[in-house]
Amino acid sequence: MKRTWKVQAWRRFIIGFVGLYLMVPLYSMFDFSTKPFLIADSGRNLRSWRIIPSQPDLGIAVLRSMITAGIVMLLILFMIVPTVIWVQLKLPKLVRPLELLCLLPLAIPAIVIVVGIAPLYRWISINLSESPITLAGVYSMLILPYTYRSLSAALDAVDIHTLAEAAQTLGASTFRMISGVIMPTIRTGIINGSFIAIALVLGEFTISNILNFKTFQVVIAQIGRTSGNVAVSVSLASIIFVLVLLLLVPATKRRAAVLDVDLA
Amino acid sequence: MKALDGLSLDIAQGELVALLGPSGCGKTTALRSLAGLQELDRGQMVVDGKDITFQNANKRGMGMVFQAYSLFPHMTAGENVEYGLKLRAHKTSTEKRKQRSSELLEIVGLSTHRNHYPHQLSGGQQQRVALARALAISPKVLLLDEPLSALDAKVRTQLREEIRRIQLELGTTTLFVTHDQEEALSIADRVGVMRNGQLEQIAVPAELYDRPSTAFVAEFVGLTNPIHGNVSGGSIDILGGSLQVLPGSITSGTGIALVRPESIQVEASTSGKSRIFSASFLGASCRLMITLADGSRITAQMPSSESIGLIAGATVNVSVLDMPVFVKALP
Amino acid sequence: MTQVTDPRAGTATSRAGSRHWRSQSAYLGVLPFLVFSGLFLLYPTYNVVSGAFKNNENEFSTAALSEAFHSSITIHAFKNSLVLSLWTAVAGSILGGLFAWALVTGKKEGYFYRFSIALSSVLAQFGGVMLTFAFLATFGFNGVISTLAMKVMPSSFLADSAWLYGLNGLIVVYTFFQIPLMVLVFLPTIENLRPQWREASDSLGGNSREYWTRIGIPVLTPSFAGAALLLFVNSFSAYATAATLINLTSFLTPLQIATALSSEVGGANPAEAKALSFIMIVVVTFVMALYALLRRRVTKWEANR
Repeated sequence: MKRTWKVQAWRRFIIGFVGLYLMVPLYSMFDFSTKPFLIADSGRNLRSWRIIPSQPDLGIAVLRSMITAGIVMLLILFMIVPTVIWVQLKLPKLVRPLELLCLLPLAIPAIVIVVGIAPLYRWISINLSESPITLAGVYSMLILPYTYRSLSAALDAVDIHTLAEAAQTLGASTFRMISGVIMPTIRTGIINGSFIAIALVLGEFTISNILNFKTFQVVIAQIGRTSGNVAVSVSLASIIFVLVLLLLVPATKRRAAVLDVDLA
Repeated sequence: MKALDGLSLDIAQGELVALLGPSGCGKTTALRSLAGLQELDRGQMVVDGKDITFQNANKRGMGMVFQAYSLFPHMTAGENVEYGLKLRAHKTSTEKRKQRSSELLEIVGLSTHRNHYPHQLSGGQQQRVALARALAISPKVLLLDEPLSALDAKVRTQLREEIRRIQLELGTTTLFVTHDQEEALSIADRVGVMRNGQLEQIAVPAELYDRPSTAFVAEFVGLTNPIHGNVSGGSIDILGGSLQVLPGSITSGTGIALVRPESIQVEASTSGKSRIFSASFLGASCRLMITLADGSRITAQMPSSESIGLIAGATVNVSVLDMPVFVKALP
Repeated sequence: MTQVTDPRAGTATSRAGSRHWRSQSAYLGVLPFLVFSGLFLLYPTYNVVSGAFKNNENEFSTAALSEAFHSSITIHAFKNSLVLSLWTAVAGSILGGLFAWALVTGKKEGYFYRFSIALSSVLAQFGGVMLTFAFLATFGFNGVISTLAMKVMPSSFLADSAWLYGLNGLIVVYTFFQIPLMVLVFLPTIENLRPQWREASDSLGGNSREYWTRIGIPVLTPSFAGAALLLFVNSFSAYATAATLINLTSFLTPLQIATALSSEVGGANPAEAKALSFIMIVVVTFVMALYALLRRRVTKWEANR
């Protein structure tokens, strides 16, 4: 695009304005969390950062959130991905219905799912266990639209029918064909879909709060009620952590298109 | 509509049979049925005395080369070739596998590309790796599904010779499917021409060419000149000659003789009744389009050495070699 | 010897039978997923939709729904939700759209581009809780901007952080995550705005304004509108931010639903929760249907995906 001075000026202005909008709160978090708080403090300090590890429920909550994220990952790898591949390969008539099903969560806000899941949740916690199974189960449904989109984009880019037949004629069983040939081929789609899933799990508050699970976000809110600055420092820390992670991972090209859900 | 209709085919050990025909004729269906990728409603398949009709594709031990995009993109050429062996890991050691894949990459001339990924290879190279991969498992039958169709013309001719060479060296029974008749004729031991799910004729290339048994085969394989004439007593009079009529032709009445361009003799003559319309130099041979006295046009073909003086506009005399010819009915 | 033969006497029917089973058996493969989604997605949805038409004794009744339509609290909350969603969709789409344009006109693989994409990915999924604390740190009591304002402009609304806890505050806060979301959703579209179109327009004598008004904007509009709809839904469905920031339990529809589920004050009212949820589903489905229609038009143009 032409870089006339007018374009440049506009560009600078927009970047400046939006940049400010986004950066000011982030900066404020930093400022707020390092402000002198107790009378004993003399100036800026990292106290609210240093006491992060000693926050009572935080460690467990992080662990719990990670475990839940792990369960969701397993569900993705062992249930969702194989199903999407299977339908693509063997059940072409089900491709559209599956797509529609995977897009359904977009029409159902999290708060609504919680309303509907209450009886099932009660049954599970009474008869099975208190563990975050329900949570993981619901989460895996919530991420469906994004994960499905990632997967189907990756599947479209490769001729999996020919690959599947080639593997078959060479002697591969169905299991080996899917796990050893097809899944590696759509590796980036799986990784992208998983990233989003993990982000969602770690950032989720609505369902875990109402169902009374002490996940990461719920505990941050809890901390916020007593020590505001620690809550702020924890939040900022997690943002920075994820940001660094994302920057280190090699940029995959169509990540932006992942949220583009297509019903056409 | 049936994809395959009453097809019966026997392939001898070590033979390369080509299935030739237009798209939709069922040749690919036949191949895929043999591979186990397609089910037969009726019929039987026997390999080496064993009935494999109901066997799963992954147990048949056939090597298949697809038209395109069949190499596993996340594996190198070497890993692709070893894949079939890896699946049989309990039978071979890593050493042996490496050895075998090197052997095969050598046979297809790609030993230096062992560590390249498919996207780093050209189309022709990819198909060679696919061939090596299929051969690595020492298949009972090698199946080739239009393996050259997606390649450039020059690569096509090169690669088909190589496929034939390798097949002869290894003695692998092979079924080769194509719609390119030149391809089929040049490398196969026998060629089967298919149409609408049926096998019209299966014979050695020369016989298919010189003695087609149906009009379709005559016209599909090689060029023909349709020349009207009257059939009686087993022969037809055209172009000043009386030619024997091939079995399968009409037996009496007016018909259309399908005459090969090489059978047309052209002689320059100032008193000639025909005139050359255009002359095409094809390198080793020369093709002439000739307008006959009655206004119809035919194509003649001859070695370039014999075409001196035969240029556009020249008047010529046309005659025909005494070879049996197929005569089809009027439409 | 390899043979492919066709004995006329074939056992076609039994072959067809077992073949039928074999093709149907493939359906078994989707069973686990079906069961799972049935439990965790379809069942809750069904529960909500059917429950909206029942009363607390499980009999068919439209009482809950009609109550919702007549309750002034509900209507007020719903209006708030709609207004909030509308404003944040507009603000987010405009600001995000412009920022996406600014990104595209810069270096494609440069640091700024990569950083912006990464930051947008993080912020778009930024938990509502953390978002709230970010803004509390900025505009809340003792916040950076509010203390600054107290010194510089003591009578302005910024000095008194009460505005943050109202609709205006919510709008500002929500827009914070709408902008990155817009960038992520809209960027591919802008990237697909082929430079050849601009060049063609220039060579045919058009200037910048003409290019934008005749080509650029018309091409971008369906996608832009679609993205804005997405933002609307995102805002409408959000719960976490409001729950953390606002104490008033019926300020927004999602908050009302949460209260109806687990009221500490009075008895919980599941029927009300379901009725309100049903209304939410209707709104969201309607907007998503519009989005789908718009996308259908867009994909015709966006060939390189």
